[in-house]
Amino acid sequence: MRAAGEGRTGIAGVYFALVVISLLTIFPLFWMVSSAFKTGTDVYSLSPIPERPTLDNFRYVFTQVPFLRYMFNSLFVSVSVTVIALFFHSMAAYALARLRFPGRELIFTLIFSTLLVSLPVILVPLFVLVRAMGMLNSYAGLIIPVIFHAFGIFLLRQFYLGVPKELEEAAYLDGASQFRTFLQVSLPLALPSIAVAGIIAFLTAYSEFTIGWLFLDRSDKITLAMAIYSIVQTGSAQPYSQLGSLAIIVSIPAIAIFVLFQNTLLERMLFGSINE
Amino acid sequence: MSVASAEKSADVRAGRPIAPARRSRLSQTKREWVAAYLFLLPDVLGLLLFVGIPMVLSLSLGFFDVSGFGTYTFSGLDNYRRMFGDPLFLGSLQVTIKYVVVLVPGLYITGLGLALLVKRPAPLLGVFRAMLFLPNVISLVVVALIWKFLLVDRIGVANVLLSKIGMGGRSWLGDPDLALWALLGVTIWFLMGFYMIIFLAGLQEIPREYYDAARIDGAGAWRSFWDITLPLLKPTSFFVLLVSLVAAVAGPQGFDLVYVMTSGGPANATNLTTYYIFDQAFRYSNIGYASAMASFLVLVLLVFSGILFALTRGGRFDFD
Repeated sequence: MRAAGEGRTGIAGVYFALVVISLLTIFPLFWMVSSAFKTGTDVYSLSPIPERPTLDNFRYVFTQVPFLRYMFNSLFVSVSVTVIALFFHSMAAYALARLRFPGRELIFTLIFSTLLVSLPVILVPLFVLVRAMGMLNSYAGLIIPVIFHAFGIFLLRQFYLGVPKELEEAAYLDGASQFRTFLQVSLPLALPSIAVAGIIAFLTAYSEFTIGWLFLDRSDKITLAMAIYSIVQTGSAQPYSQLGSLAIIVSIPAIAIFVLFQNTLLERMLFGSINE
Repeated sequence: MSVASAEKSADVRAGRPIAPARRSRLSQTKREWVAAYLFLLPDVLGLLLFVGIPMVLSLSLGFFDVSGFGTYTFSGLDNYRRMFGDPLFLGSLQVTIKYVVVLVPGLYITGLGLALLVKRPAPLLGVFRAMLFLPNVISLVVVALIWKFLLVDRIGVANVLLSKIGMGGRSWLGDPDLALWALLGVTIWFLMGFYMIIFLAGLQEIPREYYDAARIDGAGAWRSFWDITLPLLKPTSFFVLLVSLVAAVAGPQGFDLVYVMTSGGPANATNLTTYYIFDQAFRYSNIGYASAMASFLVLVLLVFSGILFALTRGGRFDFD
């Protein structure tokens, strides 16, 4: 009604389109869940509801796969990346959004331009570098290269631009140092936004596949994302019978975080929209 | 550790002498400088080490012949010469161009279209937004494996359903004419929610009064879209174009999906340049040759980004 002058029928049309598109969008995910409960012979059955529901696939994952180990690796790597990235990015973003210093424009442009460098382009030299630093087959090799990403800095800079400057100025005039002003005034105000940047960092690290797959020697340090690939791709004669259960287990932490925080996440990700 | 000690020594150098109670105008400015550089130090160092140096390496390794992960012999322009005589590389460029040409507008249209559908604060729209964003939360490997399963020839459920609308009997991942389309479809399915959110942000910044005024003047929805929405969405559009362009030319999603779903096949139909680089480096250990090709991609991205930077005055999409 309000936005672009559509009438009742317009709104009904919008809802109808949304229902169709949304259902089509989540259909593959629904099918993955459904097939997790199908027996090996039924995995290609076209019935959306398993005819002979079974928990065998989950039993397989919990008994035949060192799944807890992989889960630990995934969480350890993702949480480490998130904590360190947030700390560094929020400091850098604060400086770029708030402080005045020579070279600010240049540094911002340089940081921003690294957004144009995607992983596949630097994969080969990164491998050479990580190997030279002796970080192959280590958690450090999985964590450290993933931390530094301009998107997080850019996102947080936009957030800080939305925090009222007057509060900081007041604190600074009261004699607080730059670091204390940042820690006690700006940081708490930007906290919901930082949480969002954190969720994004976590989800990215949790899903990361390429770096780990190349930098690890299929060791006990592999994460769930690598484990599911190696099990399904190089596993049994019926590669897809365990896919559903594995996919569910791998995706649960990510989906849970998304569903729990989706309101904040989707709202705050609308960067810039804070200064309405 | 080095960060902490650097912080301390810088403090001694610049902070101490001017610490006492009354701050002169100058010292306050200098304190701000020092604080800013210290705040920036960890990220700048990290980006330098893990993005900057690999970039430089990528550009320079191309001039070397690197044998079996060991010795480096200078080989001049050999790798570059080989590159432009390599039909597989030229083919991979063709595949990449097709991928870019479809993906960038595809993401723009789906992202903006979905954002327009879910932009109003109305019941249930939050749920729809979440559902449309959901694929983006799933790990790319899982995404690739699921779609591989859905697209299995003849019996995969997506294949069966597609045959009901007259697109049946085809091998989506096995037919060289179709595999790239399947890859594009999966890519858009995975990324559209992300672009929807970015467009949503842009749409919400447009003051509602503009639409009200347009309506009073008798403008319909279509007219408002062309005369208000699109022009005011320019900063967002630039951002989306830049990000989706980088994603299309060299994004991790292209690489991961190809790696898991097709390995570049069938008949090199999905052999994106990013995948071919990886293939040469890690399967054939041609580090030097792979780096030469990577530096070519870097060059392409630099040209694109230079153009977009000039247009957006150095990445200032918000025009603040």
